[in-house]
Amino acid sequence: MNVLVALTALLLLGGIVYLGVEIAGLEFLFGVIIPYAAVLTFLIGLVIRVISWARTPVPFRITTTCGQQRSLSWISPNRIDNPSTTLGVLGRMALEIFLFRSLFRNTRNELREGENRLVIGPSKWLWLMGLAFHWSFLIILLRHLRLFVEPVPQITLLIQSLDGFFQVGVPVVYSTSLLFVTAATLLFVRRIVLPQVRYLSLPTDYFPLFLLISIAGSGIILRHFIKIDIVRVKEVVLGLMTFRPEAGGLPVLFYFHLFLVSVLLAYFPFSKLVHMAGVVLSPTRNLANNNRRIRHVNPWDYPVKTHTYQEYEEEFRGKMIGAGIPVEEEDNG
Amino acid sequence: MAEPRPDEMEFYKQEELVQIDYTPPQTSWMRTPVDFRPGSWIYPAKARHLEYLGLANPREWSPLDEDWKLPEDWKEIIFEGMRERLNKYRSFKLFMDICVRCGACADKCHFYIGGGDPKNMPVLRAELLRSVYRRDFTLAGKLVGKWVGARELTPEVLKEWFYYFFQCTECRRCSVFCPYGIDTAEITIMGRELLNLLGLNVNWVIEPVSNCFRTGNHLGIQPHGLKDTLEFFAEDIEEVTGIQVEIPINRKGAEILFVTPSGDFLADPGTYTCMGYMMLFHELGLDYTWSSYASEGGNFGLFTSHEMIKRLNAKIYAEARRLGVKWILGGECGHMWRVLHQYMDTMNGPADFLEVPKSPVTGTVFENAASTRMVHIIEFVADAIRNNKLRLDPSRNDGLRVTFHDSCNPARSMGFFEEPRYVIKSVCNHFCEMPENTIREQTFCCGGGAGLGTDENMEMRLRGGFPRGNAVRYVQEKHGVNRLACICAIDRATLSTVCDYWAPGVEVTGIHELVANAMVMEGEKERTLNLRLEPIERGEGVS
Repeated sequence: MNVLVALTALLLLGGIVYLGVEIAGLEFLFGVIIPYAAVLTFLIGLVIRVISWARTPVPFRITTTCGQQRSLSWISPNRIDNPSTTLGVLGRMALEIFLFRSLFRNTRNELREGENRLVIGPSKWLWLMGLAFHWSFLIILLRHLRLFVEPVPQITLLIQSLDGFFQVGVPVVYSTSLLFVTAATLLFVRRIVLPQVRYLSLPTDYFPLFLLISIAGSGIILRHFIKIDIVRVKEVVLGLMTFRPEAGGLPVLFYFHLFLVSVLLAYFPFSKLVHMAGVVLSPTRNLANNNRRIRHVNPWDYPVKTHTYQEYEEEFRGKMIGAGIPVEEEDNG
Repeated sequence: MAEPRPDEMEFYKQEELVQIDYTPPQTSWMRTPVDFRPGSWIYPAKARHLEYLGLANPREWSPLDEDWKLPEDWKEIIFEGMRERLNKYRSFKLFMDICVRCGACADKCHFYIGGGDPKNMPVLRAELLRSVYRRDFTLAGKLVGKWVGARELTPEVLKEWFYYFFQCTECRRCSVFCPYGIDTAEITIMGRELLNLLGLNVNWVIEPVSNCFRTGNHLGIQPHGLKDTLEFFAEDIEEVTGIQVEIPINRKGAEILFVTPSGDFLADPGTYTCMGYMMLFHELGLDYTWSSYASEGGNFGLFTSHEMIKRLNAKIYAEARRLGVKWILGGECGHMWRVLHQYMDTMNGPADFLEVPKSPVTGTVFENAASTRMVHIIEFVADAIRNNKLRLDPSRNDGLRVTFHDSCNPARSMGFFEEPRYVIKSVCNHFCEMPENTIREQTFCCGGGAGLGTDENMEMRLRGGFPRGNAVRYVQEKHGVNRLACICAIDRATLSTVCDYWAPGVEVTGIHELVANAMVMEGEKERTLNLRLEPIERGEGVS
């Protein structure tokens, strides 16, 4: 059901492009106005989102510690998984962001019936799929820079040559294109096949996957099957980049690709995709576990009603004196 | 013999309990109502405790009632409460926004592993709250509702919150595996705060809170009762060692204030660990005092609200100031140390009237407690052992094959791994670890933390205790383990049940019971009995 909702949404989007470009000829709308609006929505939306998180206080230092604390001098602390310094926190965050450290810990349970035994072992599949998905995504983005910048940046040329290392096909097939589609498809299959994950998945979990697979798929078709006029693409994109937009002269599938990218950008700040920015701000990961060493201040701390010692002694003074426990005011007992 | 009831362990047949069905129900989770079956929920808080504490909506009610007697404007109260907390806690706001439902946390929860209820997958537990957040606090939710996982707040949703937020022990295991560090404890803490605004809370939490507020400890032990208890321990110590230990209570001018969970005053095997502290302090000649006013290290405020943590925790610094001590030493406890480590200084500090803790025995300065000025007794004793300040005869523990249960909070909110292992290995000759995915930061909860360790919740305790019990049974069968050491009073109370059920024959101990049994005291008589008054078994070749 949730899959169908997401799929319907995607088909609708495809229909919109087809009607808009092929039937109504609204190339300027789909090639210029919508991309501009999408980029604006992405930038403004994401900035607002990050600011609203960043402005919300972190009243307590609630690090989740995943290694030995720094305590006695002769016990060696785990400086990354339980950082006590800013440097350690940076290391922890870098591992988390670039290598998905926490997901690497993933385990799998097996309940052996009959024996009533639970066996827990490592499980790296999700980590591997996630890593392949995100890294190839990033590399594909960097590869696209050659359409956005003239002259083409060195980094893009380098990535391109590494990515096309195997020199298969004309134009060369990039390994990350295949990797990305494979990883995204596997992530989708995983959602469908594992009953627990299917049960907890929302339409908004399938939708971005469909969107990304469609974007990648249309990109691959444009490059390898339609063999789109790349010079013309670059003219159009550079026109957008320099605010001298001109549309036209490109197949409808290009507008499909561009429109879905626009949808992705506009959707981004309002969806779970904001995890990209949010992970950096996560208080269980980005704080040093130095709570007893350095005081953390809660900016909205307020006084609370406590039960004072005087109130306590008032109630129990007789019993305290009877038991020989020292009191503050003997006489009033 | 009478038929066992749902609040008794014997009611649950193991072969039935392990028939765990992980297949999710046919109906979507949003349309699957809660089933309040006996053994899986906790009695609500009694009105008089809520009144005493000044908490909302005191009344008599039961979760089985159709009508939960909510205040007229309950929805507005919840929305206002959410709005306030979303603006005050980045954790809450962020954790509502960034979950991608990858499901890495799903099978990390002991309640899910032992029960198979999908709403015990941490991600779905959070979605219970997130779905309401989406509908009323996000644009997409307002526009397209359930297509983006949003749903209306109804009494049924509230019932779900009550059931599942009191089926989370706030152990933080899921947070170790989450790629964004989303911490279900944080979600549950917020959820319980919201429920408390409507007077939806459990007596197993609120009565200890009320007791602690009034008498200084969860159990409601009054000052003379505390003295009686400690005197009783001193008699047993004298029987075992021939030594009379002192019982300083509320003594002004002592160097150290000692605070420990009151659970160890009352129930075995925690009592033996409490005796262990008294013997240790005597042997080291510590200038210390107990306090009857701050006679609780634990803090069930953590299971109520941030405000309640602060209200209860305030006593520790206040008493340290009144008595004029130099620093504070804390006993073996789990959630107590989460509060002391992550909340106390922020809430009730700065403790600038105290000194940076320095061991009078070894001269070691505890730089890691330079601000809170409160040291964990395991850190303290590890330092003493390391500096050869204790005479130890580990062969007195030779009858024991020991394994160590990392208590959730010291593990995942401090990183307290090597200190307890060092101490155990110093006082026991036979130690082995449980499987690696069940210890240290991946340790499994006892199933009774965060105020869930009561007998009417027996089914969930046994289910939640299954992963831990299973690992204990593994080392019991493989290495002959017969003693499970831990540094948490709730563990000592609830793991005994878990072991009796899943690994019968294994008993639970605090580390200071082991220390005290091995400790050779100045002027002691020949030790033939351990603190449990059982004959000491020595290993071969040791006289």
